Amino acid sequence: MIDPIVVFVLLLGAATPILFAALGELVAERAGVLNLGVEGMMIGGALAGFAVANVTGSTALGFVAAAVAGMALSLIFAALTQYLMSNQVATGLALALFGLGLTAMFGKPYEGLKAPSMMAGPLGLNLMIWLGLIMVPVTWWFLMRSRAGLILRAVGENHDAAHGLGYPVRRVRIGAIAFGGAMAGLGGAYISIATVLQWTEGMTAGAGWIALAIVVFAQWNPWGALAGAWLFGGVTVLQLRLQAAGVALPVQLLSMAPYLATIIVLVAISARQKFGRSGGGATPGSLGQPFHALR
Amino acid sequence: MTDIFRAEGLGKTYPGVRANDDISLSVGAGEIHALLGENGAGKSTLVKMIYGLVRPDEGHMQLSGQPHAPHDPRAARASGVAMVFQHFSLFDALTVAENIALGMENPPPRAELSRRIAELSQSYGLPLNPARRVVTLSAGERQRVEILRCLLQNPRLLIMDEPTSVLTPQEAEILFATLRQLAEAGTAILYISHKLEEIRTHCDRATILRHGKVVGTVDPRAHSARELAAMMVGAEMKLVDRSGRSPGEVVLDVRALSTHAAHEGVALKNIALTLRKGEILGIGGVAGNGQDELLAALSGEIASAPGTVTLSGADLSTLGPDPRRAAGLLSAPEDRLGHAAVPQFSLTENTLLTAGGRQDIVKGGLVDNTAARRFAEAVIKAFDVRTPGPGTAAGALSGGNLQKFVIGREVLGNPRVLVVNQPTWGVDAGAAASIRQALLDLAAKGAGVIVISQDLDELLELSDRFCALNNGRLSDPRPTEGLTLDEIGLMLGGAHGMEVGHVPA
Amino acid sequence: MFRLEPRASAPLLWQVATPVLAVIATMITGGLLFAALGFDPVASIRTIFWDPLFGPAAGYSRPQLLVKAGPLILIASGLALGFRAGIWNIGAEGQYIIGAICGAAVALAAYPTEAFWIFPAMIVAGAAGGWAWGMIPALLRNWFGASEILVSLMLVYVAQKIAAWMAFGPMKNPEGFNFPGSRNLQQYPSAANPELIANTGLHWGVIAAGIALAATWFLMSRHILGFRIRTAGAAPRAARFAGVRPERLVALCLGLSGALAGLAGLFEVAGPAGQITESFGSGYGFTAIIVAFLGRLHPLGILLAGLLMALTYIGGELAQMMLNLPASTVQVFQGMLLFFLLGFDLLTRYRIRRRS
Repeated sequence: MIDPIVVFVLLLGAATPILFAALGELVAERAGVLNLGVEGMMIGGALAGFAVANVTGSTALGFVAAAVAGMALSLIFAALTQYLMSNQVATGLALALFGLGLTAMFGKPYEGLKAPSMMAGPLGLNLMIWLGLIMVPVTWWFLMRSRAGLILRAVGENHDAAHGLGYPVRRVRIGAIAFGGAMAGLGGAYISIATVLQWTEGMTAGAGWIALAIVVFAQWNPWGALAGAWLFGGVTVLQLRLQAAGVALPVQLLSMAPYLATIIVLVAISARQKFGRSGGGATPGSLGQPFHALR
Repeated sequence: MTDIFRAEGLGKTYPGVRANDDISLSVGAGEIHALLGENGAGKSTLVKMIYGLVRPDEGHMQLSGQPHAPHDPRAARASGVAMVFQHFSLFDALTVAENIALGMENPPPRAELSRRIAELSQSYGLPLNPARRVVTLSAGERQRVEILRCLLQNPRLLIMDEPTSVLTPQEAEILFATLRQLAEAGTAILYISHKLEEIRTHCDRATILRHGKVVGTVDPRAHSARELAAMMVGAEMKLVDRSGRSPGEVVLDVRALSTHAAHEGVALKNIALTLRKGEILGIGGVAGNGQDELLAALSGEIASAPGTVTLSGADLSTLGPDPRRAAGLLSAPEDRLGHAAVPQFSLTENTLLTAGGRQDIVKGGLVDNTAARRFAEAVIKAFDVRTPGPGTAAGALSGGNLQKFVIGREVLGNPRVLVVNQPTWGVDAGAAASIRQALLDLAAKGAGVIVISQDLDELLELSDRFCALNNGRLSDPRPTEGLTLDEIGLMLGGAHGMEVGHVPA
Repeated sequence: MFRLEPRASAPLLWQVATPVLAVIATMITGGLLFAALGFDPVASIRTIFWDPLFGPAAGYSRPQLLVKAGPLILIASGLALGFRAGIWNIGAEGQYIIGAICGAAVALAAYPTEAFWIFPAMIVAGAAGGWAWGMIPALLRNWFGASEILVSLMLVYVAQKIAAWMAFGPMKNPEGFNFPGSRNLQQYPSAANPELIANTGLHWGVIAAGIALAATWFLMSRHILGFRIRTAGAAPRAARFAGVRPERLVALCLGLSGALAGLAGLFEVAGPAGQITESFGSGYGFTAIIVAFLGRLHPLGILLAGLLMALTYIGGELAQMMLNLPASTVQVFQGMLLFFLLGFDLLTRYRIRRRS
């Protein structure tokens, strides 16, 4: 039998990495930056977090290191797209590939080691699950209620107008990219430290890409990101439960479920945006466009 | 009159361009001071320096007697300068209140801000709901947002950049009433425009710029529009020759043409028009009332129901741009860079955009690059396009030269019907005159021409009949001869568009 | 300080020079990285970039150049079409895997019949499989507006799972002692894609890559369709105005690049790889993205970039054997190369001027 509380706890765990990464990317996209390198930043965080946690024995230090590593990787993206005006799609792809390669290279010594145990929190959930949940209203409040969030949204909506009013478009965007990197790093580290409990090459297995899809699903709203992450977590847990229950389908086919679910969700939300009420949807107006202050 | 703002000897140089050269002017308290000049005369550079977006190379400014050298717009706002932009200044997805808060240094809490917006909009007769998203507002309402944003800061100097280009004459009247009210309260207003009539009626003084220099500061009421224009352009404007036209049989017939509203666009509603050979039909209207959509529905970018667009008896309604061009219906959209031409491509390559079929450049899918270059050279020669050669990227040409190329590309295609949108927008006076002449010549040779424009003078100069687009509806065409500005205003206003026909001429 | 001034068009000199600069910068940074890891930087760089062609063991490694470059070029020439049009197929790896599975399926179904039609039928199946896998994101974008970037990428993971399933299930070699993996097609003459000239590495896939390069060159420079693809990427509104139907272009570009990736997979499974295994995908689909960019989306550039990337693969293996460098060195190099290229690209699009 499947106990609903156990399933929900498992779901929360499966959703947490995606939730962190999606919230980070959401803020970046609200500032008008499309960073497709989430997968690379997550895997960077996964390795850095695991390595530091393993060496120091402190998962807290591991997560700090993961955030720093994710942010460091994101700053490469920031430098290229904000100062060297490179194409955001291509640069994001490069970041994803680079992160996977770099971690494969530096991760060798950590293969086969075990992660120290997680920091326990209230209600039997670890602290990172709580932090992820808290970040949802915090991000929402920042974006929708704070002055800084208003400026960030303004930059993402129309960078020329924001520049015209004297707001530092580039600095706001670099900040948003760095936040996205740190959050992706935390999400990645959650996979290596709290879920898989060890380091393997390419272990994020597309979580970063799923997070990108969740941002679209969420329509750039943090609460939507929570819903998307839970949906994804639910599918993952269900799929694992079915595997464990010995359902007649091959394991490999069952494990496609999260990816297929992501496609379905993406199609559903895109269709709603395309055929739904007019008004243009919630896509930030300047998303993915380079900003170059003319004269 | 005390001077609120003074500039002395301002200069700014960009690579290859002396944008501003020794500019001096002053704006007094309670004065509406016009800044007049053609596109590229240096108006926007000057304004950007005052607003802190650009720093001058030479000279200095004063605001209320204090030195004024803002290093960014926030500093400028802090010292009492406010600006209403022509473009690029509102955030569609945000609410009115959020947009206004973004324009303020220390906005009060939301509730307080909303209350003040409501208060202020009452006292100036500019009703606005602070909670509405800007994307749902009309052009006039959007401008109110910008004006309120400025007023909430109690500016000493208010800069208005081409504010009436998006307004109907009636809306413009309301704006001028607001400005007068402000001026009487002691605000200095710098008013940028190239519309001579409104400057003559509403401004106290006018400073005229040409090629980055001050030509003179005059009392606009003491000069005719013609004299002001001559100062702006530097010579008497050439009159276009509109002789030799005699409309023949109907060549284009549009009936019950309706489209769905695309993203943030306007739906065309039951458009009907006929166009005769040798005739020029002028379509006026404030931007964003369906001009782009009408051009797209005629060019074939938007298909429509069968029987709605007929060219010499052939139904083109459901066909795409290529077959329509083959049939002789050519067009030139408003946006030169990215719509009518690809900025990164050479002029030779840009001929392929529309002329591939009509000039035998593309045969069986294969591109004849030599033929393309020859055609590009032909356009360059016939329309006096100033460029090193056909291999130059379209984006490297000046606006006027690229526009001549775009119009020339279609005119040399021997159209039966040519539809152009804003043919002289942002083009210097010389190029504008030659483009207008080319359109008149084309009509004289028997083609039907539709000119969509927001420039009323241009429409009155070119067209045999005039009608107006308003919110996707087209008014009944009226002969241009004898139309008064009041009647045109009513047609543009739209609410009365249907009744215009009953007004005795 | 400096400031940037947009150029109206990209000068040819910089278009050619930036990839070269990027390669040099990658070598220098890579050398520093190796030094930091405690390896001799000069020896490492030489082992990766020089020894595969001219070193003592070059006789073995040189043929590998075409073996690795073939699929990269084949995939990249298709991807470049879409990238030019602003259509981002980043799921070539999935299309590659599905093409291989479909091609192998034909061979395994025919086994052990020996007939002339088997290999051509596999080619058709491989291309069709890749095309179909590429059409999924195309149709989802056209019908619903779903991002082809995310859909095509998700389908990579799905394809990998299908490959694993095939290796463990339907395609498992009945005579394989219960090891996962299909029969080895190299040992099935009618289905094999052999080395055509000994010690050159030349196989049918390399020939297909050559044909693909020539065909895309012709398409892009001589045919109106190529012009339309370029227009769609440079100015979508102008493309519509010129009569381009964006939906058709999406289907064309994703379908075609999918078919070419599928072909690459087919030639790989019938040749160098030999069988469908749990981890059949080898990353060619992702590396080909780098090849396409490094080659400036131009057929000639793709040829050179494909050869260079193949070189880093072989050099990376060599360095792993000779110097004990980590196997993932190559991936890091490729990622860095793309970063440097994107950075230096600034020079093609902007003029750098000194601020007065």
